[in-house]
Amino acid sequence: MTVKVLFFAGLREALGTGSESLALPGGVATVGGLRDLLAARGEPWSALATTKNLRVALNQQMVGLDAPLKGGDEVAFFPPVTGG
Amino acid sequence: MTVSVQEADFDAGAEIAALSAGRDDVGAVASFIGLVRADKAAGETVGAGDTAAVKAMTLEHYPGMTEKALQEIVTEAQGRWELQGVRVIHRVGRLLPGERIVFVAAASSHRGDAFAACEFIMDYLKTRAPFWKKEETPAGGRWVDARESDDHAAGRWVAGKA
Repeated sequence: MTVKVLFFAGLREALGTGSESLALPGGVATVGGLRDLLAARGEPWSALATTKNLRVALNQQMVGLDAPLKGGDEVAFFPPVTGG
Repeated sequence: MTVSVQEADFDAGAEIAALSAGRDDVGAVASFIGLVRADKAAGETVGAGDTAAVKAMTLEHYPGMTEKALQEIVTEAQGRWELQGVRVIHRVGRLLPGERIVFVAAASSHRGDAFAACEFIMDYLKTRAPFWKKEETPAGGRWVDARESDDHAAGRWVAGKA
């Protein structure tokens, strides 16, 4: 299955990209699994594993790392929000 | 329209007036405006030249999710208090010290609900709406860190926590 992955703020800058479309290998079934897959690419992607209090949104709703994935999902990774 | 995310400034007086325009059942409108501050980050010590002073701030957001998150916060407030109208405006893009960032107003029959809803919406916005601030200082750009005090402020509204 293919998912759209987005990155924001300091994480986007660290990775040098704001989005990518990614075909997931079998066995990656949750947003946490996706995070681990990306972080395993090495620098600078390990920022996904080291960002303090990393937040994840699945289809524009905040979720935990155990949230299950399906084809066509939009997954966003970002640091804690600082608006207002 | 209840929620707006925009680069443009807003007219707070006009927004407040609109919440009670043409009706006679609104007894209270409470509002909040957040502004860009020029001061240094909390806990930072600054030497000569005040290199941590904020020259400008850029607000990034997650288009689509931002509007949904703000609307969900408003809906939650409407479930908790008797509100006759709510307005939330959050600016994005580059802003200078003194410029307005955010506007929240709530209209109700009585002040208690209006004050509480306004504060609740701001507390939840600060921890749940996907905005990020990057400050420009003489020493370079830096992303603003989330503050634990904001999590505590939002936590006050969770049932069972005083």
